[in-house]
Amino acid sequence: MEDIFAEQRIYTVSEINRLVRQDLEESYCDIWVEGEISNFRVPTSGHYYFTLKDKKSQLRGVMFVSRNRYLKFLPYDGLLVLVRGTITIYEPRGDYQFNIDLMEPKGKGSLQLAFEQLKQKLQEEGLFAPEYKKPLPLLPQRIGIITSPTGAAIRDIIRVINRRFANVELLIFPTKVQGDKAAQEIAFAIDYMNTLPDIDVLILTRGGGSLEDLWPFNEEIVARRIFTSKIPLISAVGHEIDFTISDFVADLRAPTPSAAAEMVVENKLELQERLNSLRWKIINSLKYLVESWRSRFNLLARHRGFYQPLNMIASYAQRVDESIIRLNNAISVRLIALKNQFALSRHLLEQIDLLAYVREKGEKLSTLFSSLNAAFRYHLSQLSNTLGAVAGKLDSLSPLAILERGYSLCRRAVDRSIVKDARQVSVGEELSVRLWRGEIGCGVKKIVLSPKRGYNDGRKEV
Amino acid sequence: MMEEKKFEKALEELEQIVAKLEKGNLSLEESLKLFEEGIKLSRFCNSKLEEAEKKIEILQKDTEGKFIKKPFESGEDNDLPAE
Repeated sequence: MEDIFAEQRIYTVSEINRLVRQDLEESYCDIWVEGEISNFRVPTSGHYYFTLKDKKSQLRGVMFVSRNRYLKFLPYDGLLVLVRGTITIYEPRGDYQFNIDLMEPKGKGSLQLAFEQLKQKLQEEGLFAPEYKKPLPLLPQRIGIITSPTGAAIRDIIRVINRRFANVELLIFPTKVQGDKAAQEIAFAIDYMNTLPDIDVLILTRGGGSLEDLWPFNEEIVARRIFTSKIPLISAVGHEIDFTISDFVADLRAPTPSAAAEMVVENKLELQERLNSLRWKIINSLKYLVESWRSRFNLLARHRGFYQPLNMIASYAQRVDESIIRLNNAISVRLIALKNQFALSRHLLEQIDLLAYVREKGEKLSTLFSSLNAAFRYHLSQLSNTLGAVAGKLDSLSPLAILERGYSLCRRAVDRSIVKDARQVSVGEELSVRLWRGEIGCGVKKIVLSPKRGYNDGRKEV
Repeated sequence: MMEEKKFEKALEELEQIVAKLEKGNLSLEESLKLFEEGIKLSRFCNSKLEEAEKKIEILQKDTEGKFIKKPFESGEDNDLPAE
C-alpha cells in the first residue's frame, strides 16, 4: 500500500485547493459569462453573492465591495447580466466561484438600469410626490444658478436675461457638471445656496450630453439635496428629451437652460402684465361704477316715483303752509273777535252802567230841575209881587218922582244908558226921553259941546 | 423672503379688490375706498417689480476658503447687441 502511495505525490486539501485555484485563475481569467442572477444577497460586508444560472446549470458568483461600489445599479434576481471576471476557488470550502469585477445588464445599459432603479426607489420614498413640490416665488428677484461657469447653460441663461431686459440678480455657484466629483460638488452647492438669506429660486443646470455626461444629475446624493432644499429649485439638465432624476425631484423641470431662465423671467413679466391689467381693471371698474351710478341717478331723477314723492312733499308743504296761514288767520280773527268782544263787553258793561247812572241821575236832575224851576218861578212871582208893592212905596222916594216935576230922563235908545254928556251920543242916534208921563223917542240933530259945565252948555238940538 | 411675502399678499389683496369692484354691488363710498386701496397696492407691487437691479455674480473661494461674490464675466456680455 505504502509503495503505491510512495510513487504518488500526496497533497494536502489546502495544497490542492490552492493549486486548482491557480490553474483555474490562469485558465479562466477575464472571461465573460452570460447568465441570469438568482439568489442575490448582500450581507453586512457589502459584497454581492448570487448564483448565475442558465436553463441547465448554475455558477456561484461573487462581486466584492471593492468592485461593486462602481456599479451604478443594484443587481436583482432574474436580471440577465453579462459579467466579466475570473474563475476561482474559495479555498476554505473548496467551492469554485466566479469572481466578478464588471457587470452589465443584458439588453440595456447599466446606467439606464441604475437610473430606473434609483427613480423607482425615490418614487417609492415619495421624493417626486406633487405635495412636496414648492411653488416658485411669485416675484423671483435673486436667482441662484448651480452650473459650470464655462458651460453653454450659463451663457444661454444670461442671453435670455439680456434679451428680456429683466432686472434680476443672478448668483452663480460654479461646479463641475460631469465626472466623478460633480455630484458631490452639486450637492454641496445646493446646501450652500440654502444658507444664503436672499435667494428666491435655484436653477440647477447643464447643457446637453450623453447619459454618462448627465450622470451626476442622476445621483442619489444630488436627488436628496434637491429634495431637502428649502429654496424652490428648477432642474434644467440637457436637452428636451433628456430626463434626469434631478428633473423628477426638482420643484419644476425646465426642458433646457434657456427655458429655465424664461420661466423665471416670464413669471416676472407676467406679473408686470397682471399688475397692469389689474390696474386697468380697477380704474375701469371704477369708471364703470361711477357711470352706472350716474345713470342710475339720472334715471331715478327722471323717474315718476322719484319726483312724485317730491311733489307730494311739496304739496304737503303747501298744505302745511296753507294750514299755518289759515291757522294764523283763524287765530288772529278769533283773537280780534275775542278782543272786540271783550272791548265791546267792556264797553257795553261800562256803557250800561253809565247810562243807567246817567239816566237815573238825569231823571233825578230833571225832576230836581223842574221842581227848582217851579220853585224859582213861584219865588220870582212872589218877589215880583213884593217888588210892585215896594216899587209903589219907592216911587215917591225915587228920582223918578222928580220927573213929575218936569224933569226928563234922556237915554240912548241903543242901550238905554242915561245920557249925561253930549259927547255920549252922535248925530242921528235915537234917544229916548222919559218924561213924567210917557216917553218920547227923538233923534240927535246937532251936538253942541260947551266948555263949561251946566245943563245949558251941552246944548243939543232936538 | 419677507418682501416676497408682502408682494404676494399685496397682489392677492389687489385681485380681491378688483373682483369686488367688478362685481359692482357696492356703495359708491365703498367703491371709492376700494379703488384708493387698490391703487395704493398696485403702486406697491410695481415698486417691488422695479426694485431689483440686473446683476450677475459668481461665488469664489477667497484665500481663507470662504465664498465671496464677484462680478461674473462671460462671453455673453451685457453690452453685446441682442442675438
